[in-house]
Amino acid sequence: MTVTGAPAWAVAPAAAALLALAFAGAVVDGALGGGARARSGGRWTRPLVETARLLRQRGRRTVAADGLLWRVGVAGPLVVALLMVVVVPVGGTVVADLPVGVVWFNAMDVSLWAVAWLAGWGPNSVGPLVGGYRFVAQALGYELPLMFALTAPAVAAASLDLGDVVAAQRGLWFAVWMPVAFAVFLASVAAFSMWGPFRAPVGADLAGGVLAEASGADRLLLLAGRYALLAAGAAVGAALFLGGGAGPWLPGWAWSLLKTVALLVVLVAVRRRLPVVRPQRVVRLGWLVALPAVLLQLLVVALVVVWKG
Amino acid sequence: MVPTVLFWLFAVVAVGSAVAVFRVDSMARATYALALSFVAVGASLLLLNLAYLGVVTILMMVMEMAVMAVFMIMFMMNPAGLMPMSMLHNQRAALVLSGGVFAALAAGALLVEWPERRGTVPDDPTRAAGDAVMGSKMLVMMGIGAVLFTTVVAALVLAAARSRYDRGPAGERP
Repeated sequence: MTVTGAPAWAVAPAAAALLALAFAGAVVDGALGGGARARSGGRWTRPLVETARLLRQRGRRTVAADGLLWRVGVAGPLVVALLMVVVVPVGGTVVADLPVGVVWFNAMDVSLWAVAWLAGWGPNSVGPLVGGYRFVAQALGYELPLMFALTAPAVAAASLDLGDVVAAQRGLWFAVWMPVAFAVFLASVAAFSMWGPFRAPVGADLAGGVLAEASGADRLLLLAGRYALLAAGAAVGAALFLGGGAGPWLPGWAWSLLKTVALLVVLVAVRRRLPVVRPQRVVRLGWLVALPAVLLQLLVVALVVVWKG
Repeated sequence: MVPTVLFWLFAVVAVGSAVAVFRVDSMARATYALALSFVAVGASLLLLNLAYLGVVTILMMVMEMAVMAVFMIMFMMNPAGLMPMSMLHNQRAALVLSGGVFAALAAGALLVEWPERRGTVPDDPTRAAGDAVMGSKMLVMMGIGAVLFTTVVAALVLAAARSRYDRGPAGERP
């Protein structure tokens, strides 16, 4: 299957699809919801109820907040997630047919360093500030393993174009013969979404960290941004490691969607199953365990590529 | 038409946010104004069809500025860099230096006889630029890159062997 660029109006349905996926992620999280009980409404309607509540909630102000930078940080995660998915092929089409889609995804996830720190810096309040610093510390731990995990499929496909990476998986998914890179990638998606074991930047021990002072529409944007990041990471993972739109019977876009939803459910489900890992431990795990493992994975991939010619 | 408009947009953003670096009174704003300036420069590299170089510039610069903000605020003399402050120091000498450098660069850009294009645009301009800059030294440079990276990591490991985050006598697992 070859991947071709879509006309400019495709931006709108792509954005709508990402938002729908993010909402689906929130619904799944609410339905699985161990622990916290909903304030009102059933498990399935929890995200809707919460959205309505936050839209009506009055915004909270802090003393001497940096309004501009706070706004950038609050809107950032959702914008970054939207920018990530423009290079993801859905079936045979992609919104932006960039020849360096893999690097683009990497650049976008790096801009989360800035965005998350700004969301913490903006309100001029200690909880969010510490949360923002925690995110940067955590990012130092996961970023290099993530970069090498992204390199493995690119080396195997001999291209940085996500369309070529999908095409190179005809016959065998990269997830099958690069399991370490796949695992590191999924963990990094959880980490840059401040999710699951990597939720220390929004930790309850910081009264919500980066989220602590955000209220009303600001909080809604940040929460939606986290789900959108998970969804965007799942979409990229489906293209990089699960063969994108390849599959029998169903059309390509349906397979892309199915694989994305499957990855998203897996990511959402781990939320309360694993304990929070302290950022300094994330760095230790990242550099002493994940980085050597993923480098060995890359060596294996490179050897296979050379051997197959 | 579209590339021209985009070029001017990126150029104005790059210069405007670079000016803003010295006009704002907050460390965080100065750092991220500089980051925005670099992003605009990376975006204008995209206009030259240097997709890889443009995106990598954005990637590296945003990461660098995110780390730099942490260090700038850490080393500020006022508490945690939270107080308003001026970004201007040693104003007279800085003005002379920067004015001189600007005049030299502008004179170079205006007075140099720009060569005509020979041949056609290569299929992969990034590869061609890499070949032109590195040429036959590519392998050596890549080797040196790995050695440098190993040196940095080794130096950090040696320096931080017994630091705040070491594993302690109990030998905590990673």
